Amino acid sequence: MSTTHTRNAARTMMSPAVILLLAWMLVPLAMTLWFSFQNYSLLSPGNESWAGFNNYKYFLTDPAFSEALVNTLLLVGGVLCITVIGGTLLALLLDQPMFGQGIVRLLVIAPFFVMPTVSALVWKNMFMNPTNGLFAFFAKSLGVTPIDWLGHHPLLSIILMVSWAWLPFATLILLTALQSLDSEQIEAAEMDGASSISRFFHIVVPHLARAATVVILIQTIFLLSIYAEIFVTTGGGPGNASTNIPWLVYRQSLLSYDVGVGSAGGIVAVILANIVAIFLMRMVGKNLDL
Amino acid sequence: MGSITLKKVAKRFGDIEVIPPLDLAINEGEFVVFVGPSGCGKSTLLRLIAGLEDVSGGVIEIDGADATSLPPAKRALAMVFQSYALYPHMSVRKNIAFPLKMAGMDKASIDEKVNKAAETLNLASYIDRRPGQLSGGQRQRVAIGRAIVREPAAFLFDEPLSNLDAALRGNMRIEISELHHKLDTTMIYVTHDQVEAMTMADKIVVLNSGRIEQVGSPMDLYREPANVFVAGFIGSPSMNLITGNAATEEGATTIGVRPEHFHLSMSEGKWQGTVGVSENLGSDTFLRVEVDGIGTLTARADGEFPASLGDTVYLTPDGERMHRFDASGLRMVR
Repeated sequence: MSTTHTRNAARTMMSPAVILLLAWMLVPLAMTLWFSFQNYSLLSPGNESWAGFNNYKYFLTDPAFSEALVNTLLLVGGVLCITVIGGTLLALLLDQPMFGQGIVRLLVIAPFFVMPTVSALVWKNMFMNPTNGLFAFFAKSLGVTPIDWLGHHPLLSIILMVSWAWLPFATLILLTALQSLDSEQIEAAEMDGASSISRFFHIVVPHLARAATVVILIQTIFLLSIYAEIFVTTGGGPGNASTNIPWLVYRQSLLSYDVGVGSAGGIVAVILANIVAIFLMRMVGKNLDL
Repeated sequence: MGSITLKKVAKRFGDIEVIPPLDLAINEGEFVVFVGPSGCGKSTLLRLIAGLEDVSGGVIEIDGADATSLPPAKRALAMVFQSYALYPHMSVRKNIAFPLKMAGMDKASIDEKVNKAAETLNLASYIDRRPGQLSGGQRQRVAIGRAIVREPAAFLFDEPLSNLDAALRGNMRIEISELHHKLDTTMIYVTHDQVEAMTMADKIVVLNSGRIEQVGSPMDLYREPANVFVAGFIGSPSMNLITGNAATEEGATTIGVRPEHFHLSMSEGKWQGTVGVSENLGSDTFLRVEVDGIGTLTARADGEFPASLGDTVYLTPDGERMHRFDASGLRMVR
């Protein structure tokens, strides 16, 4: 790929993909930006006008905003903690030789293929329902008052549902990383007198750091935009207890019919996601080029 | 400190017997080399001694005490692995300090010991780097450093030089021998390279499909191989093993003549042959000679020998140094 001719050919052939991707990203972004500076309410169509920064001011001073921001961070952080720690433990378990290993591994991966709306409905109606749910059944059979999960612990409930869906992904990535660990290193540590717990913390955990970084980066991207689970279960409530930024944007633009404020919220979400990305890159990105 | 005795030690993987029961005594301070072709069980034997594999039968004694069921860390042995098995996320200093840290030693004594090891092995200049930034030879040294800080009863080396290039291998061979003289600790060294075995060992253990073929000093094995396998394995280039009429004349099933024990002549001798490939190294010349009724023989001549492809040469084996083996492959006493 060194002559001018081949370089030009490569550019020509790549350009449709590049142009399509650019358009796909830039057009919606530009439109959202434009709408965010407009007075644009679906209740009074045809009356659009320049709004300046009013939409932003309205969105950011909304008392729900700070709550949504905290909820978003709790949601992302909680799911990351559960999936990375749980995924590591599950991967350790699945790495042991056992009967029916192939089937067990396949089953563990299965939740990842269940779409969010379906999994949320199953969790809402079959597990967390305070009268008919499985959890309530167990509580009652133990003589304990059933917990109204979605009513009293809405954010925790959503964290659990999302963790369930993402745990297989983390497990899978961490399992492959675990299998690439040189067995001689473990044996060397064994000879060096390290107990199984110190072997785990001194040898296995550092080895998994890079894979965990990938898991954290990829999951963060998706977890910042959790929406379907909230839509089917709590609807952001009670109050704002389970409202995150994407849900707030939805509420402003489609429940309050205010496209302008919704767009401003969208732009704020983009900026926030970038801030999180910068922090993540600073914290864990250095693991990527060891 | 450092004597190891194996009594009827055996290893089976399922139904496959990798090592039939064998006995072996390793004395304090000895440099013992396990040598044999790949798959002969020499690494397995080392791992049994290290405790990384459980024995299927028999007793392993270290310094007279039964160590058969002790975990690896309690056997006071240190091992250098073929892949070095350095911890990639730790600096050289931390790698070497790791066994001491695991033993719960205080920081001051750890530093002292690590510095001493670094001095012994000349690795002070890269002590703060990570294994990924080191060359093969440097990694090798760090792996040895991690072994010596523990001051073990014996060192176990599992083909430690097989990942190095030829020149470095020669240097490390000498360094490990020097280290053995300096530390005066028992060392068990596994290799498939008979040159390493010959140059480094006090005692060579030749293994073939899990069995010990012969135990002895390098020169014992060279002068008096116990059987055809050892005869063919020890020595480079390997011994010429001749069967048929030439052997029957000597009253044996197989006779063995080392390439260096032929008298070569262009004019007269016992066997007449045609020169095939000749390899001239300057210091010696190796000739592949096609002899009628015997086959292809390798012969060594001092310095340069003026024969080229297709020339006729005469080979006379040195009768004193000819080895005779019976039908079951065992050495015949004269």
